[in-house]
Amino acid sequence: MADLSTSLGRLRLPNPVLTASGCAAAGKELSQFFDLAEIGGVVTKSIMLRARSGRATPRMAETPSGMLNSIGLQGPGIDSFLAHDLPWLKQTGARAVVSIAGGHTDEYVTLAKRLFNHPVDLIEVNISCPNVENRGQVFACDPIAAGRVISAVRRAAHPNVPVFAKLSPDVTDIGVIARAVTDAGADGISLINTMLGLEIDLDTLRPALAGVTGGLSGPAVRPVALRCVWQVHKSVPHLPLLGMGGIMTGQDALRFLLAGASAVSVGTAVFHDPSAPVRILRELDAELDARGFGSVADAIGFAHKSAEQQAELLGRPVETVPA
Amino acid sequence: MSGAEAVSVETETGAGSVHAAGPVQETGEIFDVTRVGSYLQFTVVAPGVARAFQPGQFVAVAVGGPHTSMLLRRSFALYGVKPGGEFAGTIQFVVAVHGPGTEWLAGQRPGTRLDLVGPLGVPFPIPREAVPAVLVGGGYGTAPLLPLAERLLALGSEVEMIVGAARADRLFGELQAKRLIGKVTVTTDDGSAGQLGRVTDPLPSAIERLGAEIVYACGPMAMLAAVGEVARAHAVPAQVAVEEAMACGIGVCMTCVLPVRGSDGVSRFVRSCVEGPVFEAGRVRWADVGTLPADLHGADGMGR
Repeated sequence: MADLSTSLGRLRLPNPVLTASGCAAAGKELSQFFDLAEIGGVVTKSIMLRARSGRATPRMAETPSGMLNSIGLQGPGIDSFLAHDLPWLKQTGARAVVSIAGGHTDEYVTLAKRLFNHPVDLIEVNISCPNVENRGQVFACDPIAAGRVISAVRRAAHPNVPVFAKLSPDVTDIGVIARAVTDAGADGISLINTMLGLEIDLDTLRPALAGVTGGLSGPAVRPVALRCVWQVHKSVPHLPLLGMGGIMTGQDALRFLLAGASAVSVGTAVFHDPSAPVRILRELDAELDARGFGSVADAIGFAHKSAEQQAELLGRPVETVPA
Repeated sequence: MSGAEAVSVETETGAGSVHAAGPVQETGEIFDVTRVGSYLQFTVVAPGVARAFQPGQFVAVAVGGPHTSMLLRRSFALYGVKPGGEFAGTIQFVVAVHGPGTEWLAGQRPGTRLDLVGPLGVPFPIPREAVPAVLVGGGYGTAPLLPLAERLLALGSEVEMIVGAARADRLFGELQAKRLIGKVTVTTDDGSAGQLGRVTDPLPSAIERLGAEIVYACGPMAMLAAVGEVARAHAVPAQVAVEEAMACGIGVCMTCVLPVRGSDGVSRFVRSCVEGPVFEAGRVRWADVGTLPADLHGADGMGR
């Protein structure tokens, strides 16, 4: 059994499998299916300052190996979250990664300040939700705007709490955005958010979603996500990455570690299998063992190494795992 | 783990508290598949789902097999649930083929193992004592009303049922309903079975004849709105189960929301999977489904 512990900045985690923002609410529903403290952490649905109704329905369309969603960040607002959701989540013993979202920099700063005296293990700054008003003009598409938000949140947040920037794959060069948020003081990067997509309903002959466009997630985006993790790891090799995008199995999770992620989030898989995070954790453990990795740390970024370096680190040439 | 949660439900006929055990995820083997009109009736061995079942609840079924490209579960109302005894507990649900997921299900035979999550959702509130009730089912929406009728009859309630569909082969459960309660009125839009017309046509006289104190319904959204309207005109509460598209069925994805007026008078988008599928008809803002009403809680936070 490999040593599964890992780190996201100064946050130590017992294992590298977390939930993904927007796919686990604030943990309560999933706790019916597994012990939340058993996984690396619970990443909450992005919380905003005020209550938000979200968009009209239909909000979802199934697509090949994936789905489009256009929820529009429905949520209770920070006050209700701090009064009810966060205390409940923490009393389960889970590590709480709180995702925050806002319309402008001030809103993010206020949210970070509101979280200051609460038991938050990590702040994930959602600067890349495709379902906000200025679609396509999200902060994460502009290195200057992205850097401004992250530096402001880093200054406002508790110094012991790592601040991660959540990036969008819908950019020309994700390495540029990664360097911008790193320079702005991000302690790490979460990637990827959903990609903007569209489906047409052949009964109505109109877009299937009330919000017209939606965020694509699921295994359909996995190669894109893996590519982004690979490129960002190359671009900012010292920065811890929380990788996500279509992870359904332990093998998928291992691919993200090998590409450079220090931990992974399991999102859309939860809709298919509510116990996916614990199943994937078990499978990942077995996959690491099968390849002779003594620890998660050994696997992080391993795919970037030359065959010679890999052989030296493993103490033997890399072999294919017998089927 | 928070296994059981108390779900409090209220009806005008008396507030009660249903202690619904939490859902389970289990692999269940298909025991039988039977064609019923244009539908398929599945019987699946699922003791965990069967154990905690209450009428109105549903099961979310994974489709497409182990390496499926269809990620979202399909949700079906439960009926014909036999809790474990001499044999393992079984559940029944009815499938109408209208897409690749239900097509896959329709191709499965006894012996296939299905990945199930259930029982899910808030059940129909059951009055504490016998009260006359009219049950209205549209298409396969009749399915969850069958176990409800059994429960009401066991209380000693007088029960009538109205079963309708677009045409004869879209009817479901009218024979089971007749066997169960006798008094069943059938309607079809084209007159191919029962009386020509809508379920709401015979509803007023059924309510009056019975002196009904509650109406229950399950079916398409427009039917539920119309049933709610008839019930309101007779000053009778209507508890209705919606058939809304869901991605997860367990309350995490936020896709299956409906605009619903709360007891505090404030309207919110609520999840039909965990806060429903059963709602008091008068609380659902039927005309606003598919829109974002400006007075909805949090609508002003959308930055319009």
